[in-house]
Parts: sequence; C-alpha cells; structure tokens
Amino acid sequence: MSGHPTYVPKSAAAKWLESRLPILGLAHSSFVVFPNPRNLNYWWTFGGILAFMLVAQIATGVVLVMHYTPQSSLAFASVEHIMRDVNYGWLFRYAHANGASMFFLALYIHMFRGLYYGSYKAPREVLWILGCIIFVMAVATAFMGYVLPWGQMSFWGATVITSLFSAIPFVGDQITIWLWGGYAVDNATLNRFFSLHYLLPFMILGVVILHIWALHVPGSNNPAGIEPQSEKDTLPFHPYFTIKDGFAVVCFMIFYFWFVFYVPNYLGDADNYIEANPLQTPVHIVPEWYYLPFYAILRSIPSKLGGTALMFAAVLIPAFLPWLDTSKVKSAAYRPLYKIFFWLFVACVLGLGYCGSKPPEGIYVVASRLLAIYYFLHFLVILPLLGQYEKTRPLPASIFESVLGERGKHLAAGAKPLQPGE
Amino acid sequence: MPQGNKVMRLRSLIAGGLAAATLCVAPIASAQEEHVKPARQDWSFYGPFGKYDQAQLQRGFQVFREVCSNCHSLKSIAFRDLIAPGGPAFSEAQIKALAATYKIKDGPNEAGEMYERPGVLSDYFPWNFPNAQAARAALNAVPPDLSVIAKARGYERGFPLFLIDPIIQYQEQGPDYIYALLTGYTHADDPFWDEFMPGHKIAMPMPLSDGAVDYTDGSPKTVKQYAKDVTAFLMWAAEPKLEERKRLGFRVLSFLAVFAVLLYFVKRKIWASVHSDAGAEH
Amino acid sequence: MTASTTVEEPTRRDFLYIATGAVGVVGAGFAVWPFLSQMSPDATTLAAASLDVDISGVAVGQIITVKWRGKPVFISHRTPPEIEAAQNVSLKELPDPASDESRVQKPEWLVVIGICTHLGCVPIGNEGPYHGFFCPCHGSVYDTSGRIRQGPAPYNLAVPPYRFASDTKISIG
Repeated sequence: MSGHPTYVPKSAAAKWLESRLPILGLAHSSFVVFPNPRNLNYWWTFGGILAFMLVAQIATGVVLVMHYTPQSSLAFASVEHIMRDVNYGWLFRYAHANGASMFFLALYIHMFRGLYYGSYKAPREVLWILGCIIFVMAVATAFMGYVLPWGQMSFWGATVITSLFSAIPFVGDQITIWLWGGYAVDNATLNRFFSLHYLLPFMILGVVILHIWALHVPGSNNPAGIEPQSEKDTLPFHPYFTIKDGFAVVCFMIFYFWFVFYVPNYLGDADNYIEANPLQTPVHIVPEWYYLPFYAILRSIPSKLGGTALMFAAVLIPAFLPWLDTSKVKSAAYRPLYKIFFWLFVACVLGLGYCGSKPPEGIYVVASRLLAIYYFLHFLVILPLLGQYEKTRPLPASIFESVLGERGKHLAAGAKPLQPGE
Repeated sequence: MPQGNKVMRLRSLIAGGLAAATLCVAPIASAQEEHVKPARQDWSFYGPFGKYDQAQLQRGFQVFREVCSNCHSLKSIAFRDLIAPGGPAFSEAQIKALAATYKIKDGPNEAGEMYERPGVLSDYFPWNFPNAQAARAALNAVPPDLSVIAKARGYERGFPLFLIDPIIQYQEQGPDYIYALLTGYTHADDPFWDEFMPGHKIAMPMPLSDGAVDYTDGSPKTVKQYAKDVTAFLMWAAEPKLEERKRLGFRVLSFLAVFAVLLYFVKRKIWASVHSDAGAEH
Repeated sequence: MTASTTVEEPTRRDFLYIATGAVGVVGAGFAVWPFLSQMSPDATTLAAASLDVDISGVAVGQIITVKWRGKPVFISHRTPPEIEAAQNVSLKELPDPASDESRVQKPEWLVVIGICTHLGCVPIGNEGPYHGFFCPCHGSVYDTSGRIRQGPAPYNLAVPPYRFASDTKISIG
C-alpha cells in the first residue's frame, strides 16, 4: 500500500543486509507500518493467536519427537515414558495435545468471524481459499497426530477414517490397503502417519505465509465491511495491532494453560489411555471434539459412499463461499437477515457437534439428518437467495464514520474534506 | 440500558452456573438401576492446589501389593518411582529392601542363559504372569494393566455438567468410577455382580474384604477405606507428576494474569491517543 | 494528510512500557527452561547409572569390557609385572602426572572408562609399547595404569566412580 513511509535502514549493518536481501524492509512494511483498518475488533486477533498456536505446536512437537518411538509395540509405552521420566515431558505432551484443541478452537472462531463479516468476498477470495486449504491440512495433521499415542481411540479412529476411502467405487479397497501399507492399521500405518504428521505442519506454515501475503494485498476486512478510503480509516500495524494482538494472545494463553495444567485430560478420551488392541473395538468411538460436526454428517447418511462423500463435501464447501454468497454487502452488521441466518448456522454446527458425540441411535440420528440438510441448505440455497432478496441497511460512508457513529458523521461533515489516495 | 442488561445476563449466568455446580456436587442417587453414576468422592488431589496424601498412597500401595498385584500388572511404575517426591515417597532403604524381595528375569549371561536376580530400584514392577496368554489361561480373562487405569476409566457426565467440569476442574471421573466399582459388589451371593458394570457382570470377583489388609497406621480396615486408598494410589500411578503440574500451573497462570493486566494497560495507553484524537477534533 | 489522523508515536519509554517489557522478557526466559531441561538425561537414564559387575571369573591378565552409562568400562585384572610397571614410573615422565596408587583401589584391579581422551574412540587392551592400551584411531598410547604416554590424547583414561561391594563384585556408579 502506498502513502506510508518506506523503510530506511539506520545502522551500517542493516544497510549492508538491506541492499543484498531487503528482508528488513519486507518485515517493516508487513508488520510495522502496514495500515490496518482502525475499527478491527477483538475477533480479528485470532489470526495472531493462530500464528502463535502453530508455532507452539511445532515447538512442542519437535520436543516430543525427541522422546517418542514410532513403533507399534513401543509407541504407547514411549508416551508414558515422556509423561513420567522426561524432564517436563508431561508439560510438553499436555501442551501439545491440548494445543491441537486450542488451534482448532481459534481456527473455528477465525473462520466464523470471516463468515460473519463476509471476509471471503472480493477482493479476498484467494485469501479465503488459502485459509480453507489450511483448515483441511490442519484436519489431516491433527488426525494423524491423534494416532501416534497408539491408544484404543487412536487405533480405531485411524481404522474408521481410513476405511472411509474404501467407499470409493471399484478401487476403494485397494486404496485403503495402500494407505495402511498392510491389511489393517498397523506398524506401517503408524510410521507413515508419524512421518506425515511431522511434515504437514511445515507445509501449513508455508500456506500461512501465502495466506498473509494474500492478506497484505487488499488489507484486512473490517467490521464495517467497507474498504479504507483514506489514512483516516487506518492505523499502522505497530504499535496499535501488535499490542492488541499481544494482549489477546496472552489472554488466550491463560485459557490454554488452564486446560494444560488443571484439566489436561478433559478434552481427551479416557479410552486412549488403553493401549491399542486390534481385536477389540471400544464400545463408543468418538473423534476429538473438533471433528464432531463432520462426524455427525458422516453418520447421518445410511449409505457408506453417501456419508463419506457428504462429509468431505461439508469440509470443502466453505471454499466456494465467495461465489455462493451473492450479496454485495460484506458485513452482517448491515445485513439484518443474514445476521439471523448466521446465528442459525452457528447453532446448526453446534447441534451437529452435539449429535456427533452421542451414540447413533434414536433422536440423535433424526436430529443429525435434519441438521446436515440445513448445513448444506445454508450454503447452497439460503446464501445465494439471500443476496437477491435481502434488504440491507445503508453502509457508512467511511470506516472512520462507522467507528464514531453519529458523532463521526457530524465530525466528518464539519471537518476539512478528506483527501483520499493522498 | 445495555449496561444493565449485561449485568442482568451475567447474574443469571452465574446463578445458572451455581445451580448446575450444586447439582453436580450432589451425589447422583436417583436414576434407574441401569444408569447408576458413580458418586463424587473427596480426593486430596482435587482442585488447583490438590496434593496426594502420602500416608494414603503408602496404604494404597500396600493394598495394591497384597491384593491387586496377584493378578494385575503395573508396567509403567519402577521401584524408584515409589521413592520420588510427590508420591508415596517411601524411604530409599525401604524400597531397596522391597525390590530385593522380587525375582527379576535378566540376561542373557556369559553362558547365554537367562537368569533371575533380586530386583533393584531401576527395575519395573514385575507381573505375576509371564505374558497375557498365561494370565488368560489362569484367570479366564486378561486383567488390565493398572499403570494408567485411573485415566483410562470414567463415566459420562452428560449435559450440562460437562460444560462446568473444566471450570470447577473436575477431572476425577476415573477415581470416582474405580472407587464405585470396588465398592459396588453389593450382591453378597454373587461375587461377579457389580453395580457399576454394564449388565452388572464383572470378570473380577470381589477383590476386597474387611480386614484383608493389615494397616499399621490405625486406619480402618474396611473395604471402603481399602478402595479409597488403592484408588488414590492408582491415580498417583497414572499421574505421578500431578503435584508438580498443579504447582507449576499456579505460577504460570499467576504470571500470565499479571502480564495480561500490564498488557491491557499498555494497550489502553497506546490506543488512548487514537480515541482522544478522534474526539479532540471537535 | 490532516493533523488529526497522525497519531503521536507512543515511543515514550515510561515506566509502564518498561515494566511490561521486562515482565515479558522474564516470562520468555522461564519459558525457555523446559526446552533446555528436557534435553538432559531423563529419569530412566539416571536410574540405570549404577552397575554391578561380578569379577570372580576374570583371570589374571584378562581385561573385560562392561557397558556403563552407554560407555565401555575396562576392568583389568593386572599381572604382577604390569602392577610393577605401573608403579615404577617417575611422575615427571608423564604428560598427565598421576600415581598408580591414586588410580586404583586394589593394585590387582584397574577400572577405567574405555574412551580415548583424544576424540572418543575405544582403545584396544594389552596393546602398544607399554602393554597397556592403544588407540587405533590416532595412535594414543596408554600404560598399564591407563595413563597417557604417547600420542595426541591430553589426559589419562578416566576412572569412573566405583567401589568393591565384595571381593568379587564391583559396583560402578
């Protein structure tokens, strides 16, 4: 973006480096002077929180790998070895296990924030799709990571999810055997999952860099959903948003470490403290909470192929939002009907999650079916139609005005005219 | 006023939370025979400052050694763990002497043969059976390893209790369940009947009986006391770093709270110029 | 650009900023500690530190190698000529002066860590000009007391902590 001071290296060393690799200037323009809309609320801090969680997961994960043994007869015992014998091993393991949950919690809040404020709309489609790719990669990473402790839920979760691929017509069984490297989930499967679980986070990191790049072209969306027109609408990233994000990250850490230190097994499943036994399935297989809505969709369809297809569709469909939502107005603040449907959709996802945690019988099956239908209805019918028929509220003239409300309007009228694009 | 609304909402939230908390503290005595939930017990290791009761763990170990270990293994616990602080913390001499009473298989020696030697501190707690098959042949079932059993068992809390559990730090489903199970043999004529097993059928016949273990510290020699003590011991076996975890947790969270407050004021200070700037124009 | 939108850069280093920054730095410092600590030997490694060796079967003139803390330990049952050779050396001749008496508890038994003090190779017993130990990697020569006599190694072979649990049993560590 133009109109902001470019980076001028001060020290000789900085000058030397800058003329050879302008990395300081890049950091300066991206994270120091980068203009952010001044009206960003705390929902916008979850991007920074996610960056922190990704780094935390990689750091604790690298430590765990130093002590873990990816071998089916030793994996479970090696996790106990980490918990008991390694200095602070329990801390790293609990931080990593709960960190996955925290990553998904922040990710879901980040995504729902995008949904509420229409952050996927032009010119941010690529940014949104990159985010969806990160989501899918995170799902895969967490799934494979969950297999590594080699408990009962690890083993049977892996069996159930890999068996989804056997629903593919004609080649399904071959693909599953190829995925397993055998005729069941076994040592070969554990080893390849371990390898990929280590690889994927670094690929996520790569896509995150693209995501930030794509963010920095149009700049952040904001609660008003209108683009900044002048410098009056923006503030430099540093110190305004560094401090705000920093404060939010520390608050999030309090929440995160509450779980790590006081209820570290709350989000886990007791069955995963039983070593994997290929001859005995747990009574009630439940995935980690962050998969539950999709799991409910999978189980709601009384057909193997249909359930699998619909579950993958449910994961992928948000990527098409830029074209499914036809409204010209971004922010739900100015879309009275969409606001209602947004909260209905939130309730729908929460309801699916609750159904996913329950045994697939009676009322829960009926409820998951209805909710699954509504899930797709929201994307495929409600959003396209809403853009055509919804009467939106008038947008504010500028972000500055939206921040200050009535007073801003008065101020803007009385103030000297702005000079956009100065 | 929106402000008043907020306060009202907060109040009703707190009231609701309190009501729910009372509900979950109250023992769940009703419900049908099929869905009896274990009652909550008082555990010394509950809550943010929870600690193990050393004497209780020592008694629990005695129960484990004299009763449970006849069938069950405790693979993850080494003799040295019994000395470590934050656990039963026996004296080193006590445990060295105890370890030496066990025969540990070792080898091969120079002649290429396996041999037995007395146990040492670094040895893991030996099992009475050479392998799971032998256990099954002798007992008709493989008794589960007890190293992490206190975390591998639990019961469904249900809505809305599960939402409150992380706030009140209720993590003792496992111990509550084990205690309930050990004291759930309420049909005197059927040693394989347990109130807390699905279908009330359990492969383990009633393991504890009054007076079976001879406590030396004057604690009551009752099934309830044995069950309580051995459950606490199993919780320690499953989570030996619990005290260290909670202690460090308090420090970390206190630090973060202070840091968050400081950051909040810095944030306010930095943003104050923006907010006042917009108003100053007037 | 209107004056109203440019905000005074809050660069003032007042107390609040300094205090917050300091607290943050302290926190980061403490956060590093577990990452360093987890790399040091864990409880299993420390527990396995002690090793009992039965030496009743070691013949005079024989050297056995046992593994202690992942390293080879030489236990040499020295012959009388070897003991004599070890004792009758002027300390001035030695690169790393130490009397044989200071290196053994019983003259018949030499216990040393079998790691060359040059770069960590394992020397060969009963070899070299002094019939002590010879390191094939870079030619360091040790005598029958495990002291360095020739070659690039700077120090004598280290003596591990050990004690005679009985006449036929050595407890290392």
